[in-house]
Amino acid sequence: MPKRSESERNVSAAEQFTAALRPYWRWTGRALALTGIGLLAGGCHLDMWNQPKQRPLSKSEFFEDGAAARPLEDGVVPFGYADRDQVIETGVTADGQPAMEFPMELSAEVLERGRERFNIYCAMCHDQTGTGQGIIVQRGFTEPPSFHEPRLREATPGHFFDVITNGVGDMYPQRSRVVPEDRWAIAAYIRVLQLSQHATIDDVPEDAREELE
Amino acid sequence: MPQIFPKTANMLAHMSIVGAVLAFVIFVSVLAIIYRSPYVTQVNVVREQPIPFSHQHHVEQLGIDCRYCHDTVETSGFAGMPSSETCMTCHSQIWTDQPMLQPVVQSYENEQPIEWIRVHDLPDFAYFDHSIHVQKGISCVECHGRVDQMPLVRKTETLHMSWCLECHRTPEEFIRPREHVFTMDWTPEPGEDRYAMGEALVQEYNIRKEQLTNCSICHR
Repeated sequence: MPKRSESERNVSAAEQFTAALRPYWRWTGRALALTGIGLLAGGCHLDMWNQPKQRPLSKSEFFEDGAAARPLEDGVVPFGYADRDQVIETGVTADGQPAMEFPMELSAEVLERGRERFNIYCAMCHDQTGTGQGIIVQRGFTEPPSFHEPRLREATPGHFFDVITNGVGDMYPQRSRVVPEDRWAIAAYIRVLQLSQHATIDDVPEDAREELE
Repeated sequence: MPQIFPKTANMLAHMSIVGAVLAFVIFVSVLAIIYRSPYVTQVNVVREQPIPFSHQHHVEQLGIDCRYCHDTVETSGFAGMPSSETCMTCHSQIWTDQPMLQPVVQSYENEQPIEWIRVHDLPDFAYFDHSIHVQKGISCVECHGRVDQMPLVRKTETLHMSWCLECHRTPEEFIRPREHVFTMDWTPEPGEDRYAMGEALVQEYNIRKEQLTNCSICHR
């Protein structure tokens, strides 16, 4: 090892100190730079978060009414609806009268669907058996007629379809929430309820009677 | 001339290196904690709405089905918000004199929509469709919590991608029979193995698990 002068040794002590640190500083510097870039990039993410596109019911500053969703023009027919059965869609037959018959086949599936939809959309007022004592009526809404009174037992399927579609009295139209097929299913289920309240033991199949005992 | 730095300076140098690393780790951790905190995720934070609507009252106490108001949840990507007309179906006669209800009445009469504040706001780069989840046996509760017990609605989950993936990786842990999707308090029959039931349902509903973690399932 070559001999160093006194001053040389003194300088090198300080230099050695910083030299020893240099690789660490370099890495710290890089880490800080990366973090900074990361944070900056993170701050920009809202562009993708809120893209300039419209989602259902979003607000719009472009249209006068402030809504991005546009109302349909008059006479618009949804895709695939052009050749739909008119009785199913309107509940009215060619002669302009409410349908006397159900326009579809009444399967167990349809009745099950009717029960489900009835309990969602109707039972609040009409209650689950159709007597008209639902929870909303208990809270003060006008009492609807019972489905089991003679007038409604004789009513046509088209009548129930019409009432669901357009409302009657204090009952609001339900057409915006219940599609035509479901209105028919509900009408069919109302028939089930009517039968259930006026059935005798003879209407029950013999092998099922035991369950009722 | 004495040395500028005493021997202890070595220790100081080492300490400062450790300190810098530590400071960096703490800094990143604090960021991560903030990112996961209710401050950012808004979990369990109630946002003020134009009307203090109570799901607890309408669902738990009155027994109204989710679908009565959120009527497109089974058929569309968007669950649907009730129109003022839907509210007025009952409130044309009930509680009509309550000041709380006036925004609904005015909205209905003036045909101006009520501006609800969105509680579950997914980023626009994430695609989500309610109908497919509902049809495949994922209950409202799995993502929204027990909304039927909330006086004022709030998020119960972060909606972070890692949270979505939990279920997309193992749907059998969360799936339930379709007919109970809207039953808020549903639990498996006593003694029933939910995992085994879940695996059977994943098969039955044709859920292709290997596809559920494809990027394009949610980012399209």
